[in-house]
Amino acid sequence: MRKTLLGLCMLSALAGPAYAAQTQTEAQRIAALEAKVQALEAELQQLKAAPPEATAQQPASAAPAPAAAGDTTQSELDALAATPGETATNDTEAVAAPAADSGGSNANAFNPAISIILNGSYSHHSLDPADYERAGFPLAGEAGPGPDGLSLGESEVSFASNIDDKFYGQLTLTAESEGGEDHVGVEEAFIDTTSLPANFSIRAGRFFSNIGYLNSHHAHTDNFFDRPLAYQAFLGNQYDDDGVQVRWVAPTSLFLEFGGELFRGENFPSGGAQHGGVGTRTLFAHAGGDVGTESSWLAGASVLKTQSDNAEDGFSGDTTLYIADGTWKWAPNGNTKDGGITLRGEYFLDDRDGLFVDPADPLVTAPWIGQRHGAYLEGVWRLNRTWDVGYRYDKLWADDEGPVASLFDPYRHSVEATWRNSEFSLIRLQLSHDKPNPDDSDNAVTVQYQTSLGAHGAHKF
Amino acid sequence: MKLFAIPTLLLTAALVSSPAQAKMKVFACEPEWGSLVHELAGDKVDVNVGTSALQDVHVIEAKPSLIAQVRAADLVVCTGAELEVGWLPMLIRQSGNAKVAPGAPGSFMAASQVKLLEKPTALDRANGDVHPDGNPHINLDPRRIYVVAKALDARLAQLDPANAAAYQQRLADFNTRWLAAMNKWKAEAAPLRGRKVVVHHISWVYLWDWLGMDQIGALEPKPGVPPTAAHMSSLIATTKSNNTLAIVRAAYQDTKPADWLSDRTGVPAVTLPYTVGGDAQSKDLFGMFDSTIAKLLGASQSGAAK
Repeated sequence: MRKTLLGLCMLSALAGPAYAAQTQTEAQRIAALEAKVQALEAELQQLKAAPPEATAQQPASAAPAPAAAGDTTQSELDALAATPGETATNDTEAVAAPAADSGGSNANAFNPAISIILNGSYSHHSLDPADYERAGFPLAGEAGPGPDGLSLGESEVSFASNIDDKFYGQLTLTAESEGGEDHVGVEEAFIDTTSLPANFSIRAGRFFSNIGYLNSHHAHTDNFFDRPLAYQAFLGNQYDDDGVQVRWVAPTSLFLEFGGELFRGENFPSGGAQHGGVGTRTLFAHAGGDVGTESSWLAGASVLKTQSDNAEDGFSGDTTLYIADGTWKWAPNGNTKDGGITLRGEYFLDDRDGLFVDPADPLVTAPWIGQRHGAYLEGVWRLNRTWDVGYRYDKLWADDEGPVASLFDPYRHSVEATWRNSEFSLIRLQLSHDKPNPDDSDNAVTVQYQTSLGAHGAHKF
Repeated sequence: MKLFAIPTLLLTAALVSSPAQAKMKVFACEPEWGSLVHELAGDKVDVNVGTSALQDVHVIEAKPSLIAQVRAADLVVCTGAELEVGWLPMLIRQSGNAKVAPGAPGSFMAASQVKLLEKPTALDRANGDVHPDGNPHINLDPRRIYVVAKALDARLAQLDPANAAAYQQRLADFNTRWLAAMNKWKAEAAPLRGRKVVVHHISWVYLWDWLGMDQIGALEPKPGVPPTAAHMSSLIATTKSNNTLAIVRAAYQDTKPADWLSDRTGVPAVTLPYTVGGDAQSKDLFGMFDSTIAKLLGASQSGAAK
């Protein structure tokens, strides 16, 4: 794997000079072509005996004026070009034009795009979150119900920009409050290659793994206030770690994407950064396309293999997690923001082979060998630009034997309604009925606001 | 040695596939640019158009099918000026296609070729979804399309030198027909000069600028914010009192708000194609302007008949 990476890097280095040489000769060719075009246009003008207004410009190299009869004059047309006084064929100048108006050198002109997500909520739980226990699925990572009452959700600041002609970089910092203490964390800090040949791209740094559907999506693009139970149980809400990713998009009319990742293996479901700090490996594939003009789909299969030492749920050993995901969107004329239906489901299979060491009492150990499953299905109906309503069903299937065995399988129903004032702000109401163990149930009501300010973000499907 | 087998293979594949042996592939973000590419290149290129006239291009999603189309493209022809800011950057990054990345020769932004109107003096989202570079809806001004055509033709010739002569010839042909059509439209539209219009979204300024018409109100209280009852009520008096020609909406927009205002003011609501494919007559750029002018004139006659 590492050798292939090295090869790819060398490949991109090799490709550099070749591109440069190509553009140089291309520039000469363009210059020649431009001259030709101008000569032809001048000829055309003579043929049509245009009014002699273009002669005001002295040299022959000045903008030629093709025939313009009636009230539309060439000078009127020229005045609309981005670079007046010459033909608008000089691409680089035309593209650079908008940035030039600040005048002189402005160090801030290269500031990255900054976007800020502000997010907060009020929740009321019928079951005290401190007493919440999920049968068969010890809470790890950010799993579990949110806090009771008013709280600041995950508010984040994201900086993104092209670094140079070959790299793009993004840094996302989050601020959240946990038990009265504020935490600022690095959620993502990665670079992407932008010019590898053959549609390969490499990402390195800290980022969300591209497994499943929701995992690579930031929580502010979700349709519900919280993540599905399966994400909570098997990925600690969302798997984020330090690593490297290779991704390739196939040259087909059907969207086909393949990739793999290596991660440090520090965060749940991993732990202890095994294998010299390369404790987690993933493979993923996604396919997608359109059915007619009104429906689009995306489906994927992923696998995550990790070796952990004392993970947050007390597990040490090998974990293999398989995920299948599917999304179907239908909207009248394909206008997904004005109406339509989104259906999404994901299925998880978690296979453990190792040892359980009770985090509360390290003297209690037991072999942990077995499988657990989880799934969710959600449907969101977009009524119009302003409103949507949605329903989600979550289910986890616990292991019947082993150290975290449970004969009861947790489940949850959630409904939500969201009101949007614009693309940049929303207020959401969510009601849920959660049955985490045979004895308790948690009915929760949540009101959430979520806004995005600064640079206009571009989101994945 | 095996270590280098895969990279070498890839490099060979990349080098072999890059020269324009096959037809150049063009991805157009909007139908108007797809149509313009067709005028300038004919069957010398394959064109994929990412959106339709019945879609709001401000809020397209970065669909898998679009990623696959951008992945295959040698040239991406879009409006720019942040019109596609919510989806095009994601398509380019997801596709991993360096040829069409911003700044590369394979990235052509029409709005960069012309002067833009309504460049905001203050950037504040309290004013709605404003575009810092100016109003991006340049496709409704035939003069600007003329300027864009010239620049686009040069780009086609730059990327596909083998067909440069054909592109030049087609541009000359297009220019002749376009200038003639512009004069015809301008003459037909003479009665519209100075007339007032109310619009759904401010996507028509270039059309009014060209035809000398005046926009006196918009159904959206702020650009990109859906019409509200309170705001629309405030438009009734203005719409009634200015001998308003029409309430104008695009084919992709909700018909209810404009109908509501029309019912209360007697001013006709008119659905204009906005882009190629917006109605039966708008099969290409010529048909789109034919239809637009005809529908505006139709509104002025139906208004006069009352």
